[in-house]
Amino acid sequence: MATIADETVSARRPASRQAVWKRVFKRPEAGALGGAVLVFIFFYVLAPPFRQLSAFTTVLYQAATLGIPAVAVSLLMIGGEFDLTAGVAVTSSSLAASMFATQLLGNIWAGVAFALAFSLAIGWLNGFLLIRTRLHSFLVTLSTFLMLQGLNIAITKLVTGNVATADISTMPGFYSAQAVFASSITVGGVAISVAIIYWIVFVLIATWALLRTKIGNWVLAVGGQGDSARAVGVPVDRVKIGLFMLVGFAVWFLGMHMLFAYDTVQSGAGVGNELLYIAASVVGGCLLTGGYGSAVGSALGAFIFGMTTEGVIYADWDPDWFQYFVGAMLLLATIVNSWIRVRASSGK
Amino acid sequence: MTHLSRTALSAGLGGLTLACAVWLGAAGSGAAQTPQFTFAMITHAQPGDTFWDIIRKGAEAAAKKDSVKLLYLADPTASKEAQLVVNAVEQHVDGIALTLAFPDAEASAVKQAQAAKIPVVGFNAGVDNWKQAGLLMYVGQDETIAGEAVGDKLNAEGAKSAICVDQQQGAVQLEERCNGIKKSFKGEFAVLYVTGYDMAAARSRIVAKLQQSPNTDYIVTLGAPFAPVAIDALGTAGSHAKVGTFDLTPRAVGLIQEGKLQWAVDQQPYVEGYEAIDLLWLNKINGDVVGGGAPVLTGPAFVNKDNVDEVAKFAKQGTR
Repeated sequence: MATIADETVSARRPASRQAVWKRVFKRPEAGALGGAVLVFIFFYVLAPPFRQLSAFTTVLYQAATLGIPAVAVSLLMIGGEFDLTAGVAVTSSSLAASMFATQLLGNIWAGVAFALAFSLAIGWLNGFLLIRTRLHSFLVTLSTFLMLQGLNIAITKLVTGNVATADISTMPGFYSAQAVFASSITVGGVAISVAIIYWIVFVLIATWALLRTKIGNWVLAVGGQGDSARAVGVPVDRVKIGLFMLVGFAVWFLGMHMLFAYDTVQSGAGVGNELLYIAASVVGGCLLTGGYGSAVGSALGAFIFGMTTEGVIYADWDPDWFQYFVGAMLLLATIVNSWIRVRASSGK
Repeated sequence: MTHLSRTALSAGLGGLTLACAVWLGAAGSGAAQTPQFTFAMITHAQPGDTFWDIIRKGAEAAAKKDSVKLLYLADPTASKEAQLVVNAVEQHVDGIALTLAFPDAEASAVKQAQAAKIPVVGFNAGVDNWKQAGLLMYVGQDETIAGEAVGDKLNAEGAKSAICVDQQQGAVQLEERCNGIKKSFKGEFAVLYVTGYDMAAARSRIVAKLQQSPNTDYIVTLGAPFAPVAIDALGTAGSHAKVGTFDLTPRAVGLIQEGKLQWAVDQQPYVEGYEAIDLLWLNKINGDVVGGGAPVLTGPAFVNKDNVDEVAKFAKQGTR
């Protein structure tokens, strides 16, 4: 509890008398920053191809596809809840857009709009079920996660007769939608996916909202001590439903990127990624119990994961050990992370 | 007397005609008239994979033709696939068609089926293990032969350095493909694992691999949904490597027509699903065992620019 109070207070008083480095080290994402630097140096030394600028953008792209949902998931976790649907919901959103567009209206943008409404509705439903049943969000979203997984396959098969959607790259509106969601810009001879830019923008907006707005304070309060927050007039239920819908929005955005970057969607995709989003948030300093964490942290968590999965390839380690190395690097990053956090909070 | 006998005769004839009509009616319904069997098909499919859907369509077509009830069950993990086999045995099905993707994990479940006198036919995965496991027959592609054929093809095209993209680490049939390529391919060879159908992750990993070994001139994907991703990754990595794939999807067919994908190794999954069920049926009604102790081979056949148009119309139906 003390940490939460400190957090909000120090957020409101940026001009505190503490030294700058001390304040930096007390931020939730400080540990993740240390972990990220460590992993970066590690692969920079060990894997020569990792040093190219183009390798860095590959890492950032992998990080962005995790980081876009992870920003929203981290805010939800600060608000004290989990969302296990986030991984499959990305696929649901792509499928909804693709099938709605091909089967009903013949224009991609109609599908994009339908998918947004659909994803927000799933988020709302998760929040509504949570409030109504008073069950733990882990259970509620586990159920909706399994249901969505089944629906993805069943409805795709019902509508298209196959388990993957048809290629949409010849439909009207495809190129404009691709330009918005999945284009890339070339800077200094290196192609940078637009997903990376959106990711950074989302992280900045989320950070600002969390630290500088009333809603941000509500989120921290709701996750830290829901009953007290309710007692002082914070609309707890609305904040929680709103956070689930925010995850719906992020998931929709990534779903659109996936659809326009890869044209067809395998209906079984996305399962398991929800844990990576949660892992990115936790590595980035979110507490599993809620009330503490940051949006920048989730980005650093996603970045660590991206560096690790790609770094193992750049280092050309035995591919049979791939998952082992990824796990070991994440463990290392997390240990450094918590070591820094403990040091920072004890040195008050 | 005459009057009476005439009535009896006509009644008799009428009865006979009626009986004939009933008999004809039954025979005329088209489907084969055998006892109603229930067969279980158990695979290691990842849910929502196009390839497996084609296998299932083949199995369903055979089940319909042989008027068999089909139970289709799938799980991509070893212990769960084995559990599904046990489950089918406990349901007292009349026959089991399974993919022997995890031979060791499935061994005891197969023994239970044999103890219950349920015929078991293997298909798609486990061409090196089906005999040892005591399966009756096997339908599919010899993956090692298919891999070697790909290796020969790479040699013929003058490739020097190839990457094999494997989407399910630990599945024997994919390992066999990779090992087959390794055996016959004369150049440098590396395996790259990707996980599931996370296309963004798959793309990043392929790009990373291309940046790590920039002299790569051929990518072989072990699953067709990954071929477009590999082609996409080439552009990002600025690589001029060629791409070939195992198996077919409608998208892969289109890419072959456009000349972006060099070839696809077709193992004809529809035939695998169809034959697995049909062979069980033949075994039940006639005691047949097909193959003469060897696998019934459904591939490999190369689909490339020269023959892709013939395949395209069937791919569009979702059966190739």
